[in-house]
Amino acid sequence: MATFKEFRNSVKPNWCPGCGDFSIQAAIQRAAANVGLEPENLAVVSGIGCSGRISGYINAYGLHGIHGRALPIAQGVKMANRELTVIASGGDGDGFAIGMGHTVHAIRRNINITYIVMDNQIYGLTKGQTSPRSAEGFKTKSTPDGSIESTLSPLEIALSAGATFVAQSFSSDLKQLTTLIEEGMKHEGFSLINVFSPCVTFNKINTYDWFKENIVNLESIPEYDPSNRIQAMTKLMETGGMLTGLIYQDKSRKSYEDMVVGFHQEGISNQDIQISEADFSKLVAEFK
Amino acid sequence: MISQLSWKIGGQQGEGVESTDRIFSTALNRLGYYLYGYRHFSSRIKGGHTNNKIRISTKPIRAISDDLDILVAFDQESIDLNAHELRPGGVVVADAKFNPTLPEGINAKLFPVPITAIADELGTSLMKNMVASGASWALLGLPLEVFNKAVEEEFGRKGAAVVEKNVEAVRRGSEFVLELAGGPLEEFKLQPADGEQKLFMIGNDAMALGALAAGCRFMPAYPITPASEVMEYLIKKLPKFGGTVIQTEDEIAAITMAIGANFAGARSMTASAGPGLSLMMEAIGLAGMTETPVVIIDTQRGGPSTGLPTKQEQSDINAMIYGTHGEIPKIVLAPSSIEECFYDMIEAFNLAEKYQCPVIVITDLQLSLGKQSCDELDYNKIVIDRGNLVRNAPELEPNQLFKRYEFTEDGISPRILPGEKYGIHHVTGVEHDETGRPSESAVNRKKMMDKRLGKMDNIKVTNPIHVDAPHEEPDLLIVSMSSTGGTVDEARVRLEEQGLTTNHITVRLLYPFPTEQFAPYAEKAKKIIVLENNATAQLASQIKLNVGHADKIESVLKYDGNPFLPSIVYNACKELV
Ligand SMILES: Cc1ncc(C[n+]2csc(CCOP(=O)(O)OP(=O)(O)O)c2C)c(N)n1
Ligand code: SF4
Repeated sequence: MATFKEFRNSVKPNWCPGCGDFSIQAAIQRAAANVGLEPENLAVVSGIGCSGRISGYINAYGLHGIHGRALPIAQGVKMANRELTVIASGGDGDGFAIGMGHTVHAIRRNINITYIVMDNQIYGLTKGQTSPRSAEGFKTKSTPDGSIESTLSPLEIALSAGATFVAQSFSSDLKQLTTLIEEGMKHEGFSLINVFSPCVTFNKINTYDWFKENIVNLESIPEYDPSNRIQAMTKLMETGGMLTGLIYQDKSRKSYEDMVVGFHQEGISNQDIQISEADFSKLVAEFK
Repeated sequence: MISQLSWKIGGQQGEGVESTDRIFSTALNRLGYYLYGYRHFSSRIKGGHTNNKIRISTKPIRAISDDLDILVAFDQESIDLNAHELRPGGVVVADAKFNPTLPEGINAKLFPVPITAIADELGTSLMKNMVASGASWALLGLPLEVFNKAVEEEFGRKGAAVVEKNVEAVRRGSEFVLELAGGPLEEFKLQPADGEQKLFMIGNDAMALGALAAGCRFMPAYPITPASEVMEYLIKKLPKFGGTVIQTEDEIAAITMAIGANFAGARSMTASAGPGLSLMMEAIGLAGMTETPVVIIDTQRGGPSTGLPTKQEQSDINAMIYGTHGEIPKIVLAPSSIEECFYDMIEAFNLAEKYQCPVIVITDLQLSLGKQSCDELDYNKIVIDRGNLVRNAPELEPNQLFKRYEFTEDGISPRILPGEKYGIHHVTGVEHDETGRPSESAVNRKKMMDKRLGKMDNIKVTNPIHVDAPHEEPDLLIVSMSSTGGTVDEARVRLEEQGLTTNHITVRLLYPFPTEQFAPYAEKAKKIIVLENNATAQLASQIKLNVGHADKIESVLKYDGNPFLPSIVYNACKELV
């Protein structure tokens, strides 16, 4: 069985020292080993942004696509070969701005992949513009007078879109993060894990200390029941979305793949695609 | 007896025009006639004039006719809009309900048949289509048993009572009209057909079937006219073959899902029309850059923007060739017949995997939606070639990486699929080295660009052009693409009768342009006439750019939403010589 070291490669990340994304990379590697994966059976698909580089830093099959489209690419990978474990990952701009349409529909579709958002409330790669996750009043290069748009609450949207797995974590809490990613990988359906991942270079407001002060860890609420959707929504609203832990899980809903009529357990890419003469004749005869 | 005839049914959209056409042509197909259909419809579901025209012939046909022999009209508007097409002595069968009249100056016979009244008497006005098609059938003097057989097939599922009612509607319609006309019309008596039932399908069906035969097992797509039939066919069939269709949230999701699926080893495609293709452009660049195979169908319709969404046009040629930023390897194929719609999908999937690049299959609305007779499709021609796809790769040396983008003589590198133990690699739209890792090295950049684009130099496509060149040095070389070839051939018969010599090329490979194959024919022609359904002569520009001869190239352009007719081509050619 592979250890987390086998999910490492020799590429040195080009992230700034101190960037939250490093821990997320480590957590993915640990979680993959903990659930018993082999590197060749993992595919990591990422978007564009500082965070998007992550697919290149993990020893697994990786696809670094285009801005905002990690989710549809990852869903395509999974549909082609459901025997693979598929992780999609990218920034908050990637998933909640340009890719928001895909995010909502990936949630509704419930294909068995894990989506890890590296949420730094800002655009890192393009050097510090506002993101849908930026707080109102947040001053950036593109909002010199402070952001005047309301802050997006992606987890509330996820719940209302019918999400079957919603979690949130903080890149400093490697233990919690690793466990949640493992849970997400094991979940039979679409799992969304939003991770607060401070951008030390462009976001001087939402810093490590700021998160530590504002986060409400669900471990501190023993009576919390993650199968209760109404409670999940209420808690998210109460805490302004600052909850970490497993916020909601619905184990009863089947994944998309399991609901498609005639879909085999064997991945499409491992099947014989040559059509038989008998099948072909039957199809052709329908046009007579 | 005549060898061919044109029939048209007109009415309000949603009134049974489609089903009248379907039942009438299904029955004709049973007798072995060759059929070529044209649908005139608008972008709404109910209401608005719509008409379907069918050309019926004892020989293969690939064009709409200039004129019309029989018009069936559900309303006066259908007569007013279409009567001018009737040839002298033509026939109008119209619903007596609206007291039909012929416009002034139209030399035709009018047979008012109580179409709605008969249908109502039998219980539902839905049966108008049966009364109307039955009346048409009777006028042609065709055997009623054959028609009833088709009715039985259409309604068999709904039980004997329904079949009986419909057969009754047919009988009443035919009896009424025969009484008016005094028996079948002698001048419309068709020569008997060969009795061999042909395949009868639209281009979209043929492409969908072709994709299935090619091993396509996953199709993400977003609905659009005139492409939706492709996904609608495949969602019915793919589950039986272990595959599926996903209706995505948009075309960007459709193309990127297809790219992801191809990366993971499934044959996957998407299909759309101009607006959807516009949304896909960035992702097509990703496929080109990452050398990921993917097949995309573009069913052209009237642009720009929403344009004329239900009308004929061929104005996406430039967008398909040049679309996407940067420079990528890409293949653009344009089938020009139903058979080719089928076979080209197999070739498209093979080309995509062989050259590891996007392949766009471009049709036009008339080819995609016009229902036509089609020759038998040959199972033995379904050959799947997955190119340089490595299975069970050998173990790598310690620290050795799989070179997904290895520099090779022909630029084609080994491709390996996720799940393979010794093939782990990264794919990125960022410029990368042989192992797929990002690289900004100027030396590597140039080599990689040359590798990717160099694949285009070796592309081998069977029949990149179709040539019909009976003359060594013709007065005219006429060039067409997609659905317009049949129209050209009919015009050519008339031109040749007038003493003009003509050759005809249908361009099948639009990109990379088959200069070598095209040039000798261009060289020898006195004049080249390029026929296309757009305003800016996009195909002609490709010929000028790749072959030359700008001085002798003339364009015949039509961008009013309607396809070319043989007479238009004939007149335009006459004028230009
Ligand atoms: C279609 C397109 N538009 C714009 C860009 C430029 N761009 C690259 S990354 C990015 C946003 C980065 O922010 P985020 O997704 O939050 O990731 P981060 O860099 O913060 O990790 C933008 C706008 C692009 N690559 N593609
Ligand atoms: S700019 Fe911000 S997000 Fe990007 S690598 Fe640096 S710290 Fe991380």
